[in-house]
Amino acid sequence: MSRASVSLAILAALLIALPAFAGNYALSVATLILYFAYTGQAWNVMMGFAGQLSLGHALYVGVGAYTAGGLFFHFGIGPWVGLWLAILVCVAMGLIIGFLAFRFGISGVYFALLTIAFAEFTRIAFDHFAWSGGPGGMFLRVAQRDAWDLANFRGPPLMYYYAMLALTALAFLICFLLLRSKAGYYWQAIRENEEAAQALGINSFRWKMLAVAISSAMTAVSGVFFAFYYNNLFPEQIFHISRSIEIILGPIIGGIGTLFGPVLGAAILTLLSNGITDALGALGWEIPGIKQVFYGFVLLAVVMFLPNGIWPPIARRLRL
Amino acid sequence: MPALDLVANVVVSGLLTGLVYGLMALGLSVIFGVVRVVNFAHGEMMTIAMYAATVLFAAFHLDPFLAMLPIAAAFFVFGYALQSAFINPFITRPEHSQFMLLVAIAIILVNALLMIFGPDAHNVQVDYQLESFELGPVLVDKARLFAALAAIAAAAALFAFFRFSLTGKAIRACADNYLGAKVVGLNVKHLYSLTFGLGAVCVAIAGCAMVLLVDVTPPLGPSYTLLAFVIVIVGGLGSMGGALLGGVLIGVSEALAGLFIVPSAKSMFSFGLLILVLLLRPQGLLGRRT
Repeated sequence: MSRASVSLAILAALLIALPAFAGNYALSVATLILYFAYTGQAWNVMMGFAGQLSLGHALYVGVGAYTAGGLFFHFGIGPWVGLWLAILVCVAMGLIIGFLAFRFGISGVYFALLTIAFAEFTRIAFDHFAWSGGPGGMFLRVAQRDAWDLANFRGPPLMYYYAMLALTALAFLICFLLLRSKAGYYWQAIRENEEAAQALGINSFRWKMLAVAISSAMTAVSGVFFAFYYNNLFPEQIFHISRSIEIILGPIIGGIGTLFGPVLGAAILTLLSNGITDALGALGWEIPGIKQVFYGFVLLAVVMFLPNGIWPPIARRLRL
Repeated sequence: MPALDLVANVVVSGLLTGLVYGLMALGLSVIFGVVRVVNFAHGEMMTIAMYAATVLFAAFHLDPFLAMLPIAAAFFVFGYALQSAFINPFITRPEHSQFMLLVAIAIILVNALLMIFGPDAHNVQVDYQLESFELGPVLVDKARLFAALAAIAAAAALFAFFRFSLTGKAIRACADNYLGAKVVGLNVKHLYSLTFGLGAVCVAIAGCAMVLLVDVTPPLGPSYTLLAFVIVIVGGLGSMGGALLGGVLIGVSEALAGLFIVPSAKSMFSFGLLILVLLLRPQGLLGRRT
């Protein structure tokens, strides 16, 4: 076995064994890290692989969450049905946005702004839907914290942790396979030089659409998890542009287009954010905003000094 | 159906507010047109100007229209320094990298404001905010009219600078042809910094004018950033006239949407307009196709 697969196997074993020696708080932090790792991986398919900068991925999280959450809330239909409907709805939305953008030749900054516009449009629309509870939010029946109710995806924190771990591992595997598939090579060609790719006979429209479809489908699953993990959904929170930014920070910090970048980035950012909170709390500096200011400075330092993210230099050092 | 004079009042007030929006967006448009970097911290800079105006008002009872001068000067220096120190090294980096840089700056700015001023709304109170001119059935708020006039004056001055001054022509040369500008010996980095400084001045003046019309809170920053994006895309990113036109269009349509449908849905209308313009005329109403 190569060094990379040995390291990966050790990491997987550690993560599977984690609940044995971690308390509930540590477990919830780990779940959050995995959530961001998974969602970042989903975003990375579109941006890191195919080079299409989406700044509106909160759209798919939100729509996925409201689709599955709404079905459960109104009709008592569990997430195993809602999941597929959420994927269907999000892929349809992604394909519509992709079709409009790519057909009309919108790329780069303009594409990014278009994705923001769709997410914001949907956020305000959900503020005015009675079906979703409007700005007052939608509240799912709170979980029984001790029993594992897999049919309704209700259970103790341990269940959510393993669900998220499985999803992250699955996403990692999918991305690994994608990168080595025909689609992966075509995407990278389009990312590096779309005109040259087209000159070689790659139908860039079709392959970009495929990237959007896969990315939105994967992100829809994040949304379903979000709905059943947090049990409350507010348009202002779930669709907000700061959520979209939060999703993409991990992969960018970790290393865009790499397989392990989104995972590492999510871990660093979540631990950093919690660490800053704890440190400031210990110092008694609990001024609103101070945490985000620190966070901003760290972000600034990373983008300035590690332009390709944290993972590539580490990978080189470890010879992975 | 609201009465006609009510509609007229709403349109006039939307038009005047829209001119202030337009000046704010003009700053974004000029920066993008020349430096080709989207300033994701634009609305945050706008709220800094608004807070600065409230501080000068509270400390020296300085009218926001007079506070424009020192704030604009400070913003010019701030913009110049920001471009020289942070953004110039990022000119050749990919778009997502530039985006992250400005998002980090925006996060720092908006939360620094939250730390200093807290979450409560701040405002200024001057006598003429309650006065208005009567033009037939239409009442025109004095403060709103003055704010719009200041915006027009600033936009005209900027337009004249780019049209007639040598430096302005040099900046336009950089925007048209980066390599060509370097070949003829222009100091492109300096001109970029100058441009960012001028964009910041637009924001400073727009902020001082805007503080007479609305209360300022930290979350206003990100929403102004989005608003500025909508306006410049609708008008044409990089087009000066387009920014003002876009501002007026958005100002009036928001005001009308607030009258005819739920006020909270008014920005949905703006984003809908943005999507339509991006799809049907991606260069914007007055933009040139590149």
